[in-house]
Amino acid sequence: MFNEAEWNAIRLSLTVSGYVVLFTLPLAIPLGYVLARKEFRAKWLVEVFLNLSLVLPPVVTGYMLLLLFQADAPVGRFLRSTFGIRVAFDWKGLVVAAAVMSFPLMVRAIRLGFQGVDPRLEMAARTLGARRTRTFFTISLPLAMHGVISGSVLAFARSLGEFGATVMLVSQRESTQTIPLLIYSMRDRVGGLDAIWPLVAVSILLAGAALAASEFLERRTRRR
Amino acid sequence: MSHLSFACRHRFPDGFELDVAFECDRRVTSLFGRSGSGKSSILSILAGLFNADYARVQLGDRVIADTDQKLFTRPEHRRIGFVFQDHLLFPHMTVDANLNYGAARESGGTDISYDRVVEVLELRELLGRRPGSLSGGQRQRVALGRALLSRPELLLMDEPLAALDEELKSRILVYLQRVIEEWHIPTLFVSHGQTEVRRLAEWVYVVDAGRITGQGRPSEALPDTRHDVEGGA
Repeated sequence: MFNEAEWNAIRLSLTVSGYVVLFTLPLAIPLGYVLARKEFRAKWLVEVFLNLSLVLPPVVTGYMLLLLFQADAPVGRFLRSTFGIRVAFDWKGLVVAAAVMSFPLMVRAIRLGFQGVDPRLEMAARTLGARRTRTFFTISLPLAMHGVISGSVLAFARSLGEFGATVMLVSQRESTQTIPLLIYSMRDRVGGLDAIWPLVAVSILLAGAALAASEFLERRTRRR
Repeated sequence: MSHLSFACRHRFPDGFELDVAFECDRRVTSLFGRSGSGKSSILSILAGLFNADYARVQLGDRVIADTDQKLFTRPEHRRIGFVFQDHLLFPHMTVDANLNYGAARESGGTDISYDRVVEVLELRELLGRRPGSLSGGQRQRVALGRALLSRPELLLMDEPLAALDEELKSRILVYLQRVIEEWHIPTLFVSHGQTEVRRLAEWVYVVDAGRITGQGRPSEALPDTRHDVEGGA
């Protein structure tokens, strides 16, 4: 049903999405909590910066990422010389682009999860001798878990479909072809439009499965 | 028993001003007053859940808050148990886990065992259940047990009987009396109901519009009427 290039694209898409969730979750959880609970002067600025990639054309976001991460840019040079990591025009760029594009969605869902937790429950925990960290991990986080699950699945699904920023940062290469990039490259081949269908079906299936899993887990967490 | 000395001043954004000072050296003291008089805010300031413009709290020989000295002890270090008006049981935990949540805290000298609390408050049958499946009275007992098991030096109760009907009130009153007699923990409770104040409290402070307007034994300080003050804290 799938040729080798298509299998590679499916595997790469799933891997990239998995990495995106893995790397962004530890950042998104504290940020979602802070945005849900704290008031501070620069909060609006954080929100604007956070949500910028939701409203900017993805290619613009990709272009800015390229300016940051290309080999002769300060960040790109630093990563290369210090850690030996290359982001631009490499598969790691797929993760960076998808992470930047899906991060606001993840934070938004997690923030909503925390907003749904009665802050007085946290106060009750404190009067019982729990420090802030224990209160967070035993009360706030478990009660906001449906938001964390939603955010993770949304980020996963969004990463599977990421195209605009990715194509700017990583470009079209055989080794970095995710499902959307491969679909796009097949479009102009002879008989490409017909050959695209299996990948389109996989995209729909993966996105649908992710959302269904999110709904199932969310319901189960809420019931608990 | 721990002597409590409390003073606070606070101006709320809506213009309401709280300005009270009192001492507690009785086993059970009540703050009695009508809705919006500031009683619950006093408990929150005492427990460290709310920062007042000025507050000084001394529990025994420990000063746990003093705005002038920029001293603020966090709620988890105050050793003050709090039974909230709407219980605030942790919904994702069983009754057993709720009870044990505060039990990790080192003993403050009060010898309160888990088994004894479960026995006195008759919680054995409820241990495996979640708060969502409990009645109001059962939740109140669990909340009381949970606060006790954190081994507090002072127990605060915010309208412990407000959400209950008359029959349940008299049943919970029995449990409260048992707790007071069993563990002798200094207790400060907020109420607008004369029945529980007369039955439980040894001393009453009458709170009105953010000030203490009267004090004494319940028989002396409470209005000479059998009716409760309208509304809650």
